[in-house]
Amino acid sequence: MRNVFLRTTAAAGLVLVLAACGGEPTESAAGGGAASGDTIKVGLLHSLSGTMAISEVTVRDAELLAIEEINAAGGVLGKKLEPVVEDGASDWPTFAEKANKLISQDKVATVFGGWTSASRKAMLPVFERHKALLWYPVQYEGLESSPYIFYTGATTNQQIIPGLDYLKEQGKTKIFLVGSDYVFPRTANKIIKAYAAANGMTVLGEEYTPLGHTEYSTLTNKVVQAKPDAVFNTLNGDSNVAFFKQLKSAGVTAESMPVLSVSVAEEEVTGIGVDNIVGHPVAWNYYQTTENAANSKFVAAFKAKYGAAKVTSDPMEAGYNAVYLWAEAAKKAGTVEVEAVKKASGGIALERPEGLVTIDGETQHMYKTARIGIIQPDGLIKEVWNSGEPIKPDPYLKSYPWAGSLAS
Amino acid sequence: MEGILNQLPIGLSIAAVLLLIALGLTFTFGQMGVINMAHGEFIMAGAYTAYLLQGFADRNAVLVALPVAFLVAGLMGLILERAAIRHFYGRPLDTLLLTWGVSLVLQQVARDLFGAPNVQVQSPTWLQGSLGPMPYNRMFILLLAVGSVVAIWVYMNRSAQGRRMQAVMQNRQLAATSGINTGRVDQRTFFIGSGLAGIAGVALTLIGPVGPTLGTYYIVDAFLVVVAGGLGQLRGAVIAALALGLLNSYAEFWTNASLAKVIVFVVIIAFLQFRPQGLFVLRSRALT
Repeated sequence: MRNVFLRTTAAAGLVLVLAACGGEPTESAAGGGAASGDTIKVGLLHSLSGTMAISEVTVRDAELLAIEEINAAGGVLGKKLEPVVEDGASDWPTFAEKANKLISQDKVATVFGGWTSASRKAMLPVFERHKALLWYPVQYEGLESSPYIFYTGATTNQQIIPGLDYLKEQGKTKIFLVGSDYVFPRTANKIIKAYAAANGMTVLGEEYTPLGHTEYSTLTNKVVQAKPDAVFNTLNGDSNVAFFKQLKSAGVTAESMPVLSVSVAEEEVTGIGVDNIVGHPVAWNYYQTTENAANSKFVAAFKAKYGAAKVTSDPMEAGYNAVYLWAEAAKKAGTVEVEAVKKASGGIALERPEGLVTIDGETQHMYKTARIGIIQPDGLIKEVWNSGEPIKPDPYLKSYPWAGSLAS
Repeated sequence: MEGILNQLPIGLSIAAVLLLIALGLTFTFGQMGVINMAHGEFIMAGAYTAYLLQGFADRNAVLVALPVAFLVAGLMGLILERAAIRHFYGRPLDTLLLTWGVSLVLQQVARDLFGAPNVQVQSPTWLQGSLGPMPYNRMFILLLAVGSVVAIWVYMNRSAQGRRMQAVMQNRQLAATSGINTGRVDQRTFFIGSGLAGIAGVALTLIGPVGPTLGTYYIVDAFLVVVAGGLGQLRGAVIAALALGLLNSYAEFWTNASLAKVIVFVVIIAFLQFRPQGLFVLRSRALT
């Protein structure tokens, strides 16, 4: 029996060791406050293991790059930034626990982290309780505005609504909604249905599949039978691969029925297979191909650090921006103290890879330019439409009369 | 109406996928009683084999990969059996923990070797397109499933090795006293069972994601088919896969994907209340 026990624990131990092999720069737990000494500690909290690692590791990489660049340029308030990296492990309670650890034990000045809305909702009470700062880098479903979170990704009126505007302009008025079964797609679809009702569009169907679902032939059949002009896709993660592969083999093409996605970026295109998704539109605020000086520099630096085959995507860029925006606010405030940084942040405007980004002091969201792109045969995304100017963030959609019932 | 008719071939193709992922388990779980949680990772190994072979065979990698993946996954299974599982025979709980640990290790190994993002396996050009509602790649999977079942049936019933395998399954002690080397039969059973997972993995590259967590999406369904079909019963697995495939297809058509999953689970649980042994039972004179 002892023998068995030893073997089992050995196997379990091996698993733990492997799981811990993340290769983190610092995990030291010295106290003493964020700004004491000659470094300022900042927390990076993303899933480095589990299903979300696919996406979140790249955001962490982009944030580490920003920290490196800021340090090379002299740091913040004369001090170098010291990243403390933690693994949220694709598990929402772990995010809350690690956030607590970063704030109480490492005493970081701010935390950059999260991807899924579930992880953000798990961390929110921790940051509010400790009056600490979180910078959240991913587009999300809106209807939230925590005083201790800065949202550097798009809210709905900077991604989903422009996506619908684009479809309407293209004359695609009959749409079918496909999404993963959790908070973001369901909230997004509520907004889409309200928009459709007010803009003379018809929603022919609305289907959800569990996260990680891989069997899309029935859903494809339903979509094909409904004969929509376009599909609005809020599927997340690996399901997109199965969905696009099976859609393609059922004979659906981007010409006959474009599928507009809000969670498929450059990173995901390779896994889906360019063949299967070429020509379909996506809605974001940034593409690797976005043309400006800041982006050329970002793309070059990212490839130099992580390899020429790597691509840059919207959430990575938003994470990269978050570090710069926080550093700018800290410089303006003259301190990294949370309330002072918050106060100084409003109105800060920086030329970023996606164009001009301005912090809206009231909602702590960003002014961002919406961009619709088409997936190209080389796997990159070419912009075909943009909103012309940065859109004021409106997480509760107060400025849209048709959205009146949504916020409640 | 057309939609309802379309669901029939769709149900068949879901059944083919279920059957392919479960065939290997009817050997390792059904015949040997080993709860192998790493079965999903052998499926993943098959999928990555197809990915790697693209360098040699380009778009026909899927075809070339079928025999290679059988060997790769089979050898992985053999190593697992020799190195670990054979020490745990008759202790299903320990085996479950052990193989679950192995499955996590294999996922991490895949992540380190190939990276966390999904990789692309291009399907052959001659598998693009569809006949009515039935895409060619689905037909390919259906034929592959039928072919595998026929091959297994012939092997089990027409070859000496297959008969020995059945003998060990029916009564291990008696088989041993009749001069059958049961240890060797176990190795062979595990090799074939794991190899079949590799073949399933290659087929899945045509329709699903190819990434480190691929196996986790299919492992539960595979166990469902084997349990509902009756342990170790090839016919049982075929009929259970067909029934579950069609049930899934129509349940999802009339409700939605999440609810269809619930319906399938409820039906299986209810079914197992009446027939806890599954569709078919192995009849033997053993006193167990």
